[in-house]
Amino acid sequence: MEPNKDQLLKAYRIMKTIREFEARIAKEFEAGTVPGFTHLYMGQEAVATGVCMHLTDADAISSTHRGHGHCIAKGCDVRKMMLELFCKRDGTCKGKGGSMHIADISKGMLGANAIVGAGAPLAVGAALSAKVQKNGNVAVAFGGDGATNQGTVFESMNFAVVLKLPLIFAIENNGYGEHTGIDYHLGSGDLTSRTAAFGMPAVKVDGTDFFAVYEAVGEAVKRARNGEGPSAVECVAERWRGHFEGDPQTYRNLDEIKELQEKKDCLKKFRDVVVTKKKWLKAAELNAIDKEVLELIDSSVEEALAAPPPAPEDLTTDVYTSY
Amino acid sequence: MSVKSFRVAINEALDHEMGRDPRVILIGEDIVGGHGGSANNPGAGGGIMGITGGLFQKYGPDRVIDTPISESAIIGSAAGGALTGLRPVAEMMFADFLGVCFDQMFNQAAKFRYMFGGQASTPMVVRCMTGAGFGAAAQHSQALWPIFTHIPGLKVALPSSPYDAKGLLISAIRDDDPVIFMEHKVMYDDEGEVPDEAYTIPLGEANVTREGDDVTVVAFGRMVQFANKVADKLAGEISLDVIDPRTTSPLDTEVILESVAHTGRLVVVDEANPLCSLASEVISRVAEEELGSLLAPPKKITAPHTPVPASPVLEALYVPSQEKIETAVRELMNG
Repeated sequence: MEPNKDQLLKAYRIMKTIREFEARIAKEFEAGTVPGFTHLYMGQEAVATGVCMHLTDADAISSTHRGHGHCIAKGCDVRKMMLELFCKRDGTCKGKGGSMHIADISKGMLGANAIVGAGAPLAVGAALSAKVQKNGNVAVAFGGDGATNQGTVFESMNFAVVLKLPLIFAIENNGYGEHTGIDYHLGSGDLTSRTAAFGMPAVKVDGTDFFAVYEAVGEAVKRARNGEGPSAVECVAERWRGHFEGDPQTYRNLDEIKELQEKKDCLKKFRDVVVTKKKWLKAAELNAIDKEVLELIDSSVEEALAAPPPAPEDLTTDVYTSY
Repeated sequence: MSVKSFRVAINEALDHEMGRDPRVILIGEDIVGGHGGSANNPGAGGGIMGITGGLFQKYGPDRVIDTPISESAIIGSAAGGALTGLRPVAEMMFADFLGVCFDQMFNQAAKFRYMFGGQASTPMVVRCMTGAGFGAAAQHSQALWPIFTHIPGLKVALPSSPYDAKGLLISAIRDDDPVIFMEHKVMYDDEGEVPDEAYTIPLGEANVTREGDDVTVVAFGRMVQFANKVADKLAGEISLDVIDPRTTSPLDTEVILESVAHTGRLVVVDEANPLCSLASEVISRVAEEELGSLLAPPKKITAPHTPVPASPVLEALYVPSQEKIETAVRELMNG
């Protein structure tokens, strides 16, 4: 990445916002203030950020059940997101979507998706839309290692190659498909080569290294915008939390998480590069962002807790555009 | 106005709308001709039933798109395309194949608007062939409209004539919600008067195909033709009020209730299986709203609760018949 200061500050702010958003949701969930199911993105922040830094609002992404990070990186309003997670009337989706269905069409965020692997065909549609309308837009299908075993993802990969669509498969290998480790669930043992077998360029990068993600996805986006078809980037970034909040993670040695937090923290690694090694930024600049982000998260939660829920009459609206 | 087949009526509707709106695209298996348009005579085939013939030549490869056999990706393409500025018309060939991509229909396309708090509309149409009568057996013959009617967010159209096919399809394409458009495979060669120009038939507006005073017959899709024939046969003896709802979602119950209030007798005819069917729904609405008008218990004529058999002998027994309708009508009059 070019050491463009604004871009670096933006990337850090997004990653930090995701981290603190998720950390706070974990606490609130435990306290019982957040209804429903929630799946947190901590540990994978550099992936959403490294991908979405290449996109405009006109580019579309399909997301997953672990979608808060994708929303934030795609530019969704954090306050409205918080309201949505608390299922409040003024949330991004009027409190009708919640954590697993949060979407902001105006930002090209086509929805978190509670069905594993269901987002890829939708991203195919968005990429087809860009191709038909010849508007130069691209689409990104986010999906985990678990999702890559779904037929929908296989179909989408072949489809995108056959129709030469401007699509990027951002595969987030976080080590687990729900509770099942990738060492068990991935038959070939090699996601990138399996993806490449569909006939598209596929590379594997360290998903906790913002710069590695940014660079690889930059190439893929360039190909897509040039009409050269789809690509895939496998980003390895293990998740810090369970599959869902409340998951006791009996399938996992919890020491492994401590090690991830010490050695694979994308925020620490980013700081190390930009402040210590390259001296592109000063620690104080990042510390100032930390403070602003914490204030944003605190005030968002405060606002969300006090906000009104949907009204009873909202139950039956928004089913159809015309009745 | 001229006489055209059901097949031509659908082709004309697609042609009108593609000519009118560049956002309308067609996507599906073999709809160009099965070769993506690269062979010597692209577009000659127009799908296995020849519905989309000629459209590839007219609108080109960006708007008439052959796909791999990947139903989830087809419906996902339509749904994702609809969220991002297109108005796709996907062809599912046989409605039975919707089983392969049910998630994209009922968890995705149907729910976007609600889940996203009204931000999204999903203007897409899924055309598919339905119904028994071809000896195509259990996995190519089903009448699955009750399943889709059950899902909030979807609309379901069920044309019973070439005229309705064209008008309903144009309305479906112009509608901002996802519409499942079900074409009975036995009816593609049926002919009828169809205007050359574009016209619309509102979704959710029933058609009274025969007016009468003695018995209300509510029939769906191909069964409307059977009910009309029975009405014509019994004319002068028993007068039937035949109602074709034309869409099962939305369902025009008002016309049905008014008719039952007038006749006091009801027969419902549906080719779908009986449990949780439109036939059940119509009778339940009448029971709720017009029970006092009924002079006799309603009659329900449907396929049995079985898959569609391959044997022509059994298939003929499976599909409701004119004889069954006539018998039910006579029983109601004699009861």
